[in-house]
Amino acid sequence: MQPIKRIESRTVVLPYADIDTDQILPARFLTTTTREGLAAQLFADWRYAPDGTPKPTFVLNDPAAAGCEVLVAGRNFGCGSSREHAPWALLDYGFRAVVSTDFADIFRSNSLKNGLLPVVVDPQVHAWLVANPGARVVIDLEGAVLELPAGQRVKFPIEAFARYCLLSGIDELGYLLSQQDAITQFEHAHA
Amino acid sequence: MAPGQRQNEMSSGTMAKTLFEKIWEQHEVVPETADTPAVLYIDLHLTHEVTSPQAFSQLRERGLAVRRPDRTLATMDHSTPTDPDQIFGRIPIRSESAAHQIRTLEVNCREFGVELLGLTHEQRGIVHIIGPELGLTQPGMTIVCGDSHTATHGAFGALAFGIGTTEVGHVLASQCLLQRRPKTLAVNVSGALPPGVTAKDLILGIIGQIGVAGGSGHVIEYRGATIAALSMEERMTVCNMSIEAGARAGMVGPDQTTFAYLQGRPRAPRGKEWEPALVRWQTLVTDSGARFDREVSVDASRLEPMITFGTNPGMVVPISGHVPYRADDKVYAKALDYMGFEPGESLAGKPIQVVFIGSCTNARLSDLELAARVLEGRRVAQGVRMLVVPGSQQVKREAEARGLDRVFRAAGADWRESGCSMCLGMNGDLVGRGQYAVSTSNRNFEGRQGTGARTLLASPATAAASAVRGQITDPREFLF
Repeated sequence: MQPIKRIESRTVVLPYADIDTDQILPARFLTTTTREGLAAQLFADWRYAPDGTPKPTFVLNDPAAAGCEVLVAGRNFGCGSSREHAPWALLDYGFRAVVSTDFADIFRSNSLKNGLLPVVVDPQVHAWLVANPGARVVIDLEGAVLELPAGQRVKFPIEAFARYCLLSGIDELGYLLSQQDAITQFEHAHA
Repeated sequence: MAPGQRQNEMSSGTMAKTLFEKIWEQHEVVPETADTPAVLYIDLHLTHEVTSPQAFSQLRERGLAVRRPDRTLATMDHSTPTDPDQIFGRIPIRSESAAHQIRTLEVNCREFGVELLGLTHEQRGIVHIIGPELGLTQPGMTIVCGDSHTATHGAFGALAFGIGTTEVGHVLASQCLLQRRPKTLAVNVSGALPPGVTAKDLILGIIGQIGVAGGSGHVIEYRGATIAALSMEERMTVCNMSIEAGARAGMVGPDQTTFAYLQGRPRAPRGKEWEPALVRWQTLVTDSGARFDREVSVDASRLEPMITFGTNPGMVVPISGHVPYRADDKVYAKALDYMGFEPGESLAGKPIQVVFIGSCTNARLSDLELAARVLEGRRVAQGVRMLVVPGSQQVKREAEARGLDRVFRAAGADWRESGCSMCLGMNGDLVGRGQYAVSTSNRNFEGRQGTGARTLLASPATAAASAVRGQITDPREFLF
């Protein structure tokens, strides 16, 4: 995994609360056996009309959304299914962070393990971001700070170990495997 | 009191603990610190074809083995068809990508030495139905699966939760997960469920009360006399939908009902192992005086059969109710637009086109018996398609031994092989665009049962009654 230090991008705004993983990546695309190539299916039923043509009213089909790496969405983003295909699809599309007032637990965990930053902000900051789509923001993972265009710096919470792994570009499995002795001991004690 | 210091203390001076705390602490290989999450040992890892292929690939890339194949069980349920001809190889599986995914799991299980209850195995079924059925799911265990409905197993007093594919890889390789300790939420349920009101209505009522993010970051323990009076199958229905309230897991303290269910199951402790297991399980109760981070109270006696009207399980009303008004709420307006409903509209009497009885929420024998009770001697209304999908091959055999399949078929319903089926649109069982489906599954998200499908979540009784009338129907008029 590539280390993540800083993300600088304009935002795309999906203002709805409770966006579930069935919207992010519909179930019919889950018969894949790889992680790659899900960008085309991201938000498929919101993005495309039944005949497959892009819906002009959907925000990702707005030319202004091209190249944006930060998605701003309503509360409880990523609720529902545990499918890791949701963060895979967001990453494959080019998003590197999602900003919301809170995230569903499994989605947050899955995102952190793949280098998609879940950035939690308070309702005031969130309301400003929703009202100002396309705002240029900076996310500094080292300082765990989101910087708004006017220079306002907002701290965001992020689990210490996940942050360390993301900054270093290492995954958590290596750490788990380094605990093998403790795991073996536990197994012997509980056999 | 210092921050973080636990307040729980029993009169004897020892700490009073919740069931969750006991299980968590018994599985801490390494406790959490400010810098690192806990290393939590996993007793049972259930896996299926959809969320495991990339995890096995990761193992292969890194040259890793499955650490404890003996604690791992695979089955296939999500992308598998429910048509017997496709299951038993008389015709090819229609979806090539599903067929490939199924073959991939077979290859992975063979290569890594994982037991697989495969496509034609007589013990195959929905992963959350077969774990309990086989007696694999036991009190005090940590259980994970790459599926958000893993909380089902919490009905046995296990700590069971859904994980993503990267974590599936972690458990395969290390039998452990890195976890921060979640908070605890007691849902205290009192009052008897009125006649015709089921466990499904109870959990829908709870979600309606606390909201779809009401349990975020928490493990729920369902408590109180109402919960204690539920059968194991009913408790599974309740725990199953904990994730629809955003909870990490849901659980019920094990008791005589739990032990009686487990005794004699093929993979439950047997012979001289039974008594020591029982002694251990009996300690798995929340001590009196133990504190939860939050508590809510629910009065079950005030519930009715419940039905959803929107696009998440929190948008739910009693079946005699109306679509609520909610001003200045974009999500709500979008949901009603998708569903084709107007605020103030009454739900009972709305025409429907599809009825689905199945899923890890409501496809156990008692669910099918309830639906059959409503359908016995009646017909599915003209223009309604009804699909009944048993949760496992064992449920299917038991239902057939009781003649339930004949009741369903005589009524004009389709009786299938087990699987997730129409709960999610990825295996060929689909609700058509714009169609209304009364479904016993767990999610009414946009497009969940097929692109443009409109899902109304309800109990098996409500689903069956609605099938007979061809419209949303209060089941109580058929049951009494």
